[in-house]
Amino acid sequence: MEKTLTVLMMDPPFESANTTTAFRIIEAALRKGHTVHVFAYEGAVSLTMQGQQAHPNPAHGKTVEEEHHPLTRDIVCGLLTSGGGERLQWINCGLCVDERGAGDWIEGPRRGGPGDFWKWVTESDQTFVIPCR
Amino acid sequence: MSSYLFVESRDPFASRDVEEGYRLLAELAVQPIPVTLFLVQNGVLAARQGARASQFTALVAHPGVTVLADTFALQERGIPTDALVPGVQASDIDILVDLLMLDGQKAIWH
Repeated sequence: MEKTLTVLMMDPPFESANTTTAFRIIEAALRKGHTVHVFAYEGAVSLTMQGQQAHPNPAHGKTVEEEHHPLTRDIVCGLLTSGGGERLQWINCGLCVDERGAGDWIEGPRRGGPGDFWKWVTESDQTFVIPCR
Repeated sequence: MSSYLFVESRDPFASRDVEEGYRLLAELAVQPIPVTLFLVQNGVLAARQGARASQFTALVAHPGVTVLADTFALQERGIPTDALVPGVQASDIDILVDLLMLDGQKAIWH
């Protein structure tokens, strides 16, 4: 049966394996037909920043293309478009965004606050909080 | 009836509070409350045969506890499934999502 899962993420991009696991959970839930609500809190608001840039790897002598460095904004974009459609909603915590100057997002996420998270919690079948260490 | 899904991302050799989680699960299981421990990331390191994690092996042996290990995390760390502590089952993220969405499931990440 299709249900609704709310996920709260806190880790910033390129920092923790928690982010990879969270993306895998979100992708699998969407693929199984569930609706997923993501509340990006604290450092996780930077996951969707438009300005992320892939880089070469001088230590391995690889160019940008050869390194094929994955960007979290591209992963989220993929989940929002091909993977999720309308079944994935993404909110970035507004206060966290302002603190970090992280307001330049890809298309899809919207600004919100803890009240939105509380509303999602009350409406969802499951809430899964993935805190940073 | 409520059940508990405990997702462990840390190993007991780097984070001493992991053992507190094992203890919590053991106490829930004796209630008896259905308990699943799902190991992800470095959480799978405790599941290697020969790892000195006595509280983990005791938890695996508890009849009320199901212990699953994320195949993705095992592969990343070069741990073959036949090198797992007996009682630990290799699993995947699809199973984790199914467990998350069970009615009455209380899910905790550590």
